[in-house]
Order: sequence, then C-alpha cells, then structure tokens
Amino acid sequence: MAELKLKNLQKTYEDGPTVIHGINLDIRDGEFMVFVGPSGCGKTTTLRMIAGLEDISGGELSIGRQVVNDVPAAKRGVAMVFQSYALYPHMTVRENMGFGLKLAKKPKAEIEAAVNRAAEVLQITHLLDRKPKALSGGQRQRVAIGRAIVRKPDVFLFDEPLSNLDASLRVQMRIELAKLHKELATTMIYVTHDQVEAMTLGDRIAVFNGGHIEQVGTPLELYESPANLFVAGFLGSPKMNFLPAKVLGGKLQLADKAVLDIRVDRPDGENVTIGVRPEHLRIAASGVSAVVDIVEHLGDTQIAYVHVQGVKEALALKLASGGQTPANGSTIQLAIDTQHCHVFGADGRALALRSREAVAA
Amino acid sequence: MSETHTMTAPVAATPAKRIGSISRQRLLNRTVHYLVLSALAVITVYPFWWTLVTAVSTAGEVYSFPPALLPTEPGLQNFLEVFQTIDVWAFYKNSILISGATVIGTLLICSLAAYPIARMKFAGRNWVFGAIVATMILPSEVNFLVNFITVSKLGLTDTVSGVVLPNLAGAVGIFLMKQAFEAVPQDLIDAAKVDGANEWEVFWKIMLPLAKPALGALAILTLVSAWNQYIWPSIVMTSVENFPLSVGVSYLKGTFSFKTRVVAAGAVLTVLPILIMFLFTQRYFLRGFDGAVK
Repeated sequence: MAELKLKNLQKTYEDGPTVIHGINLDIRDGEFMVFVGPSGCGKTTTLRMIAGLEDISGGELSIGRQVVNDVPAAKRGVAMVFQSYALYPHMTVRENMGFGLKLAKKPKAEIEAAVNRAAEVLQITHLLDRKPKALSGGQRQRVAIGRAIVRKPDVFLFDEPLSNLDASLRVQMRIELAKLHKELATTMIYVTHDQVEAMTLGDRIAVFNGGHIEQVGTPLELYESPANLFVAGFLGSPKMNFLPAKVLGGKLQLADKAVLDIRVDRPDGENVTIGVRPEHLRIAASGVSAVVDIVEHLGDTQIAYVHVQGVKEALALKLASGGQTPANGSTIQLAIDTQHCHVFGADGRALALRSREAVAA
Repeated sequence: MSETHTMTAPVAATPAKRIGSISRQRLLNRTVHYLVLSALAVITVYPFWWTLVTAVSTAGEVYSFPPALLPTEPGLQNFLEVFQTIDVWAFYKNSILISGATVIGTLLICSLAAYPIARMKFAGRNWVFGAIVATMILPSEVNFLVNFITVSKLGLTDTVSGVVLPNLAGAVGIFLMKQAFEAVPQDLIDAAKVDGANEWEVFWKIMLPLAKPALGALAILTLVSAWNQYIWPSIVMTSVENFPLSVGVSYLKGTFSFKTRVVAAGAVLTVLPILIMFLFTQRYFLRGFDGAVK
C-alpha cells in the first residue's frame, strides 16, 4: 500500500536527448493509474524510472512518503509485469513465481504457500511444474502476474502487459486485471497505448505526449472535457472530428460559411478548431453538406466517413445499424450537436464556452 | 483481369522449359559440393586412420607406399608394450587433473570477464574488449617465455597450477561468453532486478544458466586444447610422475631406438578419451556456436 509522488521528474540520456520534461503527478494509495499515449511519448520510461530500472536525471520520486531516487529497484517495494512477460526460461512456473521470495531468503514453507495461493487466484495451479516454453501466451501472462502478486508489493507496475495477446484473450485478461485490482486494492500503474484498456481499467488516466503529461483525470473527464486537441484526438474510437472555423460575432463560422451557435469569448476573425465526436453528428434534412466516402458496418453500428468542404480529414459519424445507410458517393446533410462540441484555440487548448444551446446548423 | 491473363501466359510457359536445366545445374552443384567435402573429410580423417592402422598392425612395413589402408595381422600387442614401457594410468590421472582444472577455471574466469563487457556500462569498456581480442593475434608460443618467468617466480614450476593458471583467461572464451550474455533479453535482467536480485545474483542465477549452451561449447573447446597441449606442460613439469599423457607418451621414444607402432599406439591412447567425449557432446558444441554466430 503506497501513494506515489512524481515531482518535476526528468530523464535525460547521457549525451542524448531529454525524453521526460518534468512530470508532476500524484498517485493515490490503491489507485489504478493508467499511463497512455502514442509510442515514444515517455510513458514506459516514466514507469521504468518508478521501477528503478532507469536513473532519474532530475526531480523527485517518492513512494509511500519516502524519496526513492537512489533506492535500488529491489528495495522500492514494487513488482513489475513486462510486455514480453520476462519469465526465466530455465525455471519452472513455481520457481519463477517464488524467485523474488527466495532471493529475500524467506522460509521454504512460506514461499510454497504464497506461490500456491497466487496460483489459485490466477487458476494456474496445474501449470506450476511446467517450464515457460510449454505455456501459451495467456498462461505466460498469468504466470508473470502471479510472480508479481506473490511478492505482495506496495505498487504494481504493468508495462503493456496485454499487447502480445490475441483480441479475445486481451478482453478476458482485462476483466481479470480489473477484478484483481478490486481484490488486492493495491496501487497499480499500467502503461498502454490502447485507449480501450485505458478507459476501462483506469481510476484515472494520465495522457502522455512528447515527454509531457497532457492531462490527468478520470476516463469520463478526459472523454467529455479534453484539455487540448491532443487528448481530444487520442481518446475515443473513431477519434474526434476536427473542423476548422473562424470566430464571427461571438459565434463560429465553418469553412462553407455555415454558422454554428457555439458562443466563445474570442475576438472576431480568430482561427479555432471545433471538435465533435462521431456520435454527435447525424444525418438531417438540412445542415452542412458532405459527400459519403465509405460506410463501415460493425453489426451494432455503422460508421460513415464523409468529406466536408474545407476539412482535410474525412469526418466519422456513428449511425444506428437499423437506420438508413447512405450510398457511397451520395451527398448528405450533417447536423452537428452543438451542445457536445468542443472548441480549441490556435494553441490547441480547449476554450471555455459561454453557453451551450442545442442548435442544429 | 484480361491484362493479368496476357501477363501470366508467357511467365507460366518459362518455368516448364527451365525445369530440366535447373535440376541439371543443381545436380552439378551438389556433385561439386560433395566432391570437395569428401576430399576435405579424407584429408582430415586419414592421419588418424593411418595412426590407428599402424597401432593395431603387428606386421608389415610401416612406411610402405601406397600406405596400407587396412591393418596387417591385427592385434593389441603394441598397446601392451605401451603399458609395459610407461605408467599410462598415472599419466591419464595427471591429464584429467590438468584438463579438469583448466576447464572449470576457464569457464569461471571467462564468464566473469565477459559479463561486465557484455552487460555493464563503464568507461573504456570497448577498449578493454578490443585489447582482449587483440591478444588473439599472438600465437600462444610467444607467451611461453613471460609465463615461464612468472610461473617460476611464483614457485609453481612442476605443479598443476603452473600448467593451468596461465591458460585460464583466453580471448576466444571471453568472446564466446560475451556473445552468449548479449543474447539474453534485457527484460529478464530487469525482471530479476525488480525481483530483488543484486548484480552477482543476476549473473549466477539468471545469466549463467541461460548461457549453458555457450558454456558447454567452451568446456569442450578448452578440454580438447588442454588435453592435447604438449609444449607448455613439458616446459613447466620437470618430474616424470607429473607429466600429462601427451607429454608422457614421448617417453616411448627411446634415446637410441623407437618403435613407430608403439608410439602410434600411445598416440591412439591419448586421443581416444577426448574423441569419445567429443562424440557424445558435439551436440552442445554446435548449439553453443549457434548462439555465438547469430
């Protein structure tokens, strides 16, 4: 059990670039914190600094009120699950799981009991005498998690633990991880680039980009009020649609001159970006003209990709499966649910909206 | 679609025509390969075969031309004479002692030297490795003089330690172990560190067991060279009772006369244990180099 404090944490490689530019983050005791972001954003490096596998170049890291910058990995009270599972190939599952306790010189009976208990929780008791090469990917994953549980750490660190599993197994393991967190109630830090994992597992999410944290919040906070364009575009699938617009008399004018009743306190003529999620666009009798590019059928929903004048990327809109399916190449009219729109200034930051009246364009 | 058809038609016709010429070419290649390999096999195996034939023959000319391919009047008489002339068992014991100590010492020293070069960061790491590799250029005979001075100043002449110690740290062994350690994924080391292992425990409990194939290869390589070494032990050892078999066999050559067949029998007795050992362990030997070459 422990809370973590990252105070202006920095990482610079020897005669290399700075990859983490001063991160500030408080992780509460027992919290499931997810680090999410594109590859190369610094989330794994931050996790490795917390684990003690990377030196900290600047700032302060404390685990359970103790500053651990110079404490070796072994003494930080953390356990880590690696993307590659990192099971010791020459040891059986039992030896793999008991390795940490054996190094800590715990009595044999205690190790045996701890390994058996963890194996029961993870339903791998029948695999205890096998070597890792005789296990499937999912089983290896369980053993890797088991090895972490056995040591009863203060903090669990997960480095993209599910990314080597197939889709159905990933969903299953995701649910089990969520259950495990409830059961153990231990602080967990989970690195992923998969936003579905981030949204479903995290009590809170920290969105990383280019060695900075863009925003920290609960999954819904991030989804519903992204602080900037990056967070808005990163969370949600398909991603949020962005439409360039200009401020005109306190309202917003799109490239095709249609004016949306979204009120912002910005001077006339300023360029802004409107963000609207696919579920907040619909086909209407009148509105913004769009040409249908392609329609994807996902069973329960359909996703139509349409081109709008003045917008480079195709816009995505979610349609109910039973409803009408627009033909490819046909022209439709789009209604934008202005109540759910986000507006971002030229610097990419979200702007405060004055009022949100539901007005169809 | 019609375009694809016009494209594929001529392509389909060509392989049919080519089949004959390809297989003829392949047959020719194979024949050349096998001829070259057979010639190499004969060149390599023939001296051993000749020694064996000479040792088990009890009659006929030793240096007849063309040389005899099969023994004449085979028997074990020459071997008996070896046992009567020299104390083979004592020499065997010395050889086993020297080779065993060399193998164990080499595995330990070379892997201890290779681990930091492969997995730890320190200033001048590449220079150290470069210096070690550079020693490969020197023939071992060059070291004899310096090593002998060192050994005699340490008072180790005529001892097993004197023969063994200068041979423990070898560039080939360090290189082989370095390659093996480099092949171990970093995640395993990280996992062990998070699990609470210190550097020594990472080396002893994770790296060494994972480097077993390379250790096996290095063990065999060292065993063969330690067993067969002749000049160095004959310089260091002064009492006959301390000689390894390779040196002791030379006592079959008397001052005034020697029997080629008896010397050949001695040579066979020297080579036999190592040959048998190699046959049983060559699997590990090849696997060890597998990792080193990749």
